[in-house]
Amino acid sequence: MSKLFSEKTKQFFMGPLGKNNPITVQVLGICSALAVTANLKPALVMGVSVTIIVAFANVIISLLRNTIPNRIRIIVQLVVVAALVTVVSEILKAFAYDVSVQLSVYIGLIITNCILMGRLEAFAMANKPWESFIDGLGNGFGYAWILVVVGFFRELLGAGSLLGFKIIPQSFYDMGYSNNGLMMMPPMALILVAVIIWIQRSKNKELQEK
Amino acid sequence: MENIASIFVKSIFVDNMIFAFFLGMCSYLAVSKNVKTSFGLGIAVIFVLGITLPVNYLLENYMLKEGALKWLSPSLASLDLSYLAFILFIAVIAAITQLVEMIVEKFSPSLYATLGIFLPLIAVNCAIMGGSLFMQQKAFNNVGESIGYALGSGVGWLLAIVGIAAIREKMEYSDVFPPLRGLGITFITVALMALAFMSFSGLKI
Repeated sequence: MSKLFSEKTKQFFMGPLGKNNPITVQVLGICSALAVTANLKPALVMGVSVTIIVAFANVIISLLRNTIPNRIRIIVQLVVVAALVTVVSEILKAFAYDVSVQLSVYIGLIITNCILMGRLEAFAMANKPWESFIDGLGNGFGYAWILVVVGFFRELLGAGSLLGFKIIPQSFYDMGYSNNGLMMMPPMALILVAVIIWIQRSKNKELQEK
Repeated sequence: MENIASIFVKSIFVDNMIFAFFLGMCSYLAVSKNVKTSFGLGIAVIFVLGITLPVNYLLENYMLKEGALKWLSPSLASLDLSYLAFILFIAVIAAITQLVEMIVEKFSPSLYATLGIFLPLIAVNCAIMGGSLFMQQKAFNNVGESIGYALGSGVGWLLAIVGIAAIREKMEYSDVFPPLRGLGITFITVALMALAFMSFSGLKI
């Protein structure tokens, strides 16, 4: 047990949550992060789906890493990821149809999500399955928390609700408060991610660019 | 013909891949440091989109869609293979980028020198996969329309990346607040560009 949770594997998990975050530091997987965050629910579902897919794709590629010929490794990785994404997409269609309609093409776009290719190339091709699994989970959660934060603020300020439930009471609207429709538009997702980057980099000076 | 032209113009301005759907954002942010290379990448994206989308269109309509296999034998009419779309599309994209790379290398070494490094990158560019999936959703009537959509989206992507690259080149000389320097300010710039492009959204063509 102690071997499974050594200092090093803990680092694989904690790193991507903070100082090595896939979105704000490695700049991977931006497309879906911005596109699905207009509401909290699709953001949550997307975060969970990506976490599951990264973790399992990492394990599979890591198990196969010694048998994959170097020249065609990108195609092998893509096929493994595409198979996993197909499974997740079919499950979503069966059990959460409305969310899968909201996510539309972005579920399919997990295949070309750079986080996956980045982790498979950089980590799973060179590490054992257990470490790869932890690394996948860490990166998945690192991606998911940014999505959830952005989705939270966009839905709260843009629609006055969270997960579809009204949060801002009617009395506020009677006093003249109104929802900020701009929050629902694509540009605000970019601004919110920029604000997260700003906060993170003012706290960690070593992340600042020259 | 008018229909194709309107799809072309619409996918450049109204449904711009970057500003409306954030497709291909990773390479968009990573490669937009100077105008020349981003122009090269933009051309490569148009190229690959222009070839893969029609191919995927034919695959979708003559193989994957429900009843699409009717041309083979009437007994296959009830078959629905659309769950295979992801794997087939990505395989086509990977194969075609590889092919294009080889052809360009053979026939035009000078073009290869400028595009070469980007072509493998494009296989995992969400713009191509996203284009294919959006095309599947939009259900175009014929191959011509899918070519119009592919070229229009490509040109829109090129426009967006050259624009941001030009702005970033100028921004090199400005004194940005340290925590926002680099990535942060780029995000905000893209957001402002997207706001500008939103003004096209009411356009009826």
